[in-house]
Amino acid sequence: MTNSINEIENAEVILVSGSNTTEAHPQVARRMLDAVDRGARLIVIDPRRTRLAECSHLHLALRPGTDIPLLNAMMRVLLDEGLADELFIEMRTENFLALRDMLNRLDLEETAALTGVPLPLISQAAQLYGRARKAVICYCLGVTQHVCGTENVQTIANLAMLAGHIEKEDTGVDPLRGQNNVQGACDMGALPNMLPSYQAVANQDYRDKFERAWGASLPEAPGKTLVEMTHGGKQGPIRGMYIMGENPMLSDPTLSKVEETLRGLDFLAVSDIFLTETAQLAQVVFPAACFAEKSGSFTNSERRVQMVRQAVAPPGECRTDSEIIMELSSRLGYAMEYDSSAEVMEEIALLSPIYGGMHHDRLDQSWGLQWPCWDRSHPGTPFLHKYYFTRGRGHFMPASHTPPGELPDAEYPLLLMTGRIYHHYHTGTMTRKSERLNRECNHAVLQINPEDAKAHGLRQGESVQLASRRGQITLAASITDQVEPGMVYTTFHFHEAPINRLTNDAFDTGSGCPEYKVCAVRVEKMSS
Amino acid sequence: MQDVLTTCVYCGCGCGLYLHVEDGQVCGSQPSRHHPVSRDNLCVKGWHIHESINHPDRLTTPLIRKGDALVPATWGEALDFTAQQLGHIRENHGGKAIGVLASAKCTNEENYLLQKFARTALATNNVDHCARL
Repeated sequence: MTNSINEIENAEVILVSGSNTTEAHPQVARRMLDAVDRGARLIVIDPRRTRLAECSHLHLALRPGTDIPLLNAMMRVLLDEGLADELFIEMRTENFLALRDMLNRLDLEETAALTGVPLPLISQAAQLYGRARKAVICYCLGVTQHVCGTENVQTIANLAMLAGHIEKEDTGVDPLRGQNNVQGACDMGALPNMLPSYQAVANQDYRDKFERAWGASLPEAPGKTLVEMTHGGKQGPIRGMYIMGENPMLSDPTLSKVEETLRGLDFLAVSDIFLTETAQLAQVVFPAACFAEKSGSFTNSERRVQMVRQAVAPPGECRTDSEIIMELSSRLGYAMEYDSSAEVMEEIALLSPIYGGMHHDRLDQSWGLQWPCWDRSHPGTPFLHKYYFTRGRGHFMPASHTPPGELPDAEYPLLLMTGRIYHHYHTGTMTRKSERLNRECNHAVLQINPEDAKAHGLRQGESVQLASRRGQITLAASITDQVEPGMVYTTFHFHEAPINRLTNDAFDTGSGCPEYKVCAVRVEKMSS
Repeated sequence: MQDVLTTCVYCGCGCGLYLHVEDGQVCGSQPSRHHPVSRDNLCVKGWHIHESINHPDRLTTPLIRKGDALVPATWGEALDFTAQQLGHIRENHGGKAIGVLASAKCTNEENYLLQKFARTALATNNVDHCARL
């Protein structure tokens, strides 16, 4: 996020795209709704009528996968209405002419028709956003989990720069990060192409720096992404894997490929707190300590690095992942010895400029610090890009519509979207172990429009079979007009109905992000 | 009873919460009143965070596969066997034949150590996590 979470409540206009915020980011949704109570305007771009969409002033129910034409149409309206921030564009950006030429060539009516959103509604949204003094855009995986996810994000950035809605407090572009420490795992260089603090593996100077600090030679070529590893196949290039606290056997697309790959490995070791679907395939399973049994830090969506403090001793023989890694590393000829997580953070601070001032003693005495935090005296950074963008000038990247990898057809006539619900989290490794959360919701449901339910003769709660070209599962129908006719929606929390057996393995080539938000399926009534 | 201030492990909001500890076990949670994100509020997952910590299905001992079954083993056996297997792959096929998945659920320090382990001891840049999922 370029802003802090609390800044959202001061915005005049909040544009939310592809985020089921009330369910997936409850505290962020709370700020949005507080802002609405104070008079802010809320615009929601989502194919589904989510709870947040119900609370919005404008709901743009676009056809899944048409984010780029929708945002392009909004930008064209800004240009036509003279709402482009010319000073900002002149002083802070580059490549504007390319964007302007592309927008001026657009047929607005045609573009709007592609999205399924009426043009007057698009125009109203654009004018609300363009005229606001303080406006934020919040987006989530509904934007990124498409074959054109990278272009979707670039188009959001184009819109914010065109309106000059960045660089100020309470104004910016805010990707909401999913997991508690997905931001931190990226910051720490748990990425195939980046060393800690986004220092590129391909850059010789950065590699030299880490080779000197670590006293080891480092591989030069960037590595494989997660799905390149888990979709390698039986005789794939990966022969052995070490998996720490992840469950690709439920979370990754086209699970049959993941299973084939993991079963075909010469060796698989998993460390986790429960025997997950992935751990069940391992040769060695390590029992890990959970967050309440160790100390360290997490980095939240607003870049706030905060302390995790040990409350209890790990059960049985559990050890922390740090201990396990250090033991393995020593056995493999590279000794790593740290007395505490604070000592590890000292090394991180030394080698990662944006974490330069992050020390446990500072984090311990505050509510955490937001990166970039360059040195011990730096107070942290509540919002980004104040005087300059990281790369200098903001570069406009015009994009045009890319259709999804698979669309409904005669054989598979419905469009499937996947996501989360309030009571459960990701693959349910933790939440499904909670009696009270299970009491609220303990099985997967398929949201289906009353029209489609009627066509299939389905009743509320009835078990249905859902099939795609890649697999099928059984789950309960939930008849609701939250989804439009022709669309269905479900979650990936439930191992009893593993929806990723069905999802498509089309990817965004820019980010490696799977297209979880669009694939073609059909619904079949169970024979009684 | 003792209260320990820590950070929630579910979503990217990062609420500050207190874990209540009784008899060496976490028995409940409560939001921090002044924390900038939680501000005296938690979602239903945060309020019930203790249930998965104490769950009887927690893994408590290392396991090694013997035929179709995973059977309890000592730490020494599990660590030695893992190091030997990964070392064997590294020697015979190179680090590029090893894949490492880090975790968006683990701490910064653990993720840092894991990618350092992958790049030094295992000689591979094949390290990633679920950021794209």
